[in-house]
Amino acid sequence: MWKWLHPYANPEVTYHFNNKLIPWFLRLSVAFLGIGIVWALLFAPADYQQGNSFRIFYLHVPAASLSLGIYVGMAIAALVSLVWQVRLAEASVASIAPVGAVFTAMALITGAAWGRPTWGTWWIWDARLTTELILLFLYLGVIALQNAFEDKALASKAASILALVGVINVPIIKYSVEWWNTLHQGSTVSQLGRPSMTADMFWPFLVCFIGFIFLVSWLVCRRFQTEILQRNAMRPWVRELVMKEGAK
Amino acid sequence: MQFDSFADFIAMGNHGFYVWISYGACLLLIAGLIVNSTLKDKHVRKEIAKRIKRENRLKQAAQQNDESNEVLS
Repeated sequence: MWKWLHPYANPEVTYHFNNKLIPWFLRLSVAFLGIGIVWALLFAPADYQQGNSFRIFYLHVPAASLSLGIYVGMAIAALVSLVWQVRLAEASVASIAPVGAVFTAMALITGAAWGRPTWGTWWIWDARLTTELILLFLYLGVIALQNAFEDKALASKAASILALVGVINVPIIKYSVEWWNTLHQGSTVSQLGRPSMTADMFWPFLVCFIGFIFLVSWLVCRRFQTEILQRNAMRPWVRELVMKEGAK
Repeated sequence: MQFDSFADFIAMGNHGFYVWISYGACLLLIAGLIVNSTLKDKHVRKEIAKRIKRENRLKQAAQQNDESNEVLS
């Protein structure tokens, strides 16, 4: 039943498949983000309480929820690489971590810039903010471990274990606003599936969110290509490819 | 359109500083990641090409060695 997956364990097949996906991810992310950001900045209404600072929402919420989603993806790749020792899963952990770190940093910075006019402070050690900061350190730890050993296999193993252990932080971040009394507000987008915001704010948000998903896909796929090449440098197909491109 | 003038748009009703810091920081971070990814990819390809060239040189040298040995013997 799952036999169709087999060829994708082959780095060469995956590399060429990725090559076809990458330009589409770029086009879609430029299109969605272009429309979404203009909509969010110019046409979406200001919040009746927060005024125009609400426009930060269109960056903050996609960045924050993607920082969690990316982590879950990385942890699944880490599990696969530890249990089944799939080489491509090791490569994906390495390619996902930097993207996740950047999105976590985006969530933290936009959060601080939104918190200042809304709460009157850039930073507070409350549950949501602190756990999100820990998420950033987990990403940085995974990246650091990848580079900490000469032996690539050992480095991947160490990074995967950290990624897997760190997954405990994800539900803590997600439910921190419910478990503890925090300054951070609860979810704006959905309360049991019903958007608690008006349509003229929801639609630009959705367009931005989809655009960011494509942006993440584009970035991860590009880094994944690099990792595949680096980890298969001895293979004839990689050599042929590099020489062909070098001749151009 | 929510704004009457360009100055109005930049001011964001007194929240301009916070809004533009957010959008600017995101732009910088993403641009940085794109540059980093591109540079890393170029570096990896260059290293592989270098390795191939070095191995080819070694192979050639070994061949020449063999040939000169044959001539001697």
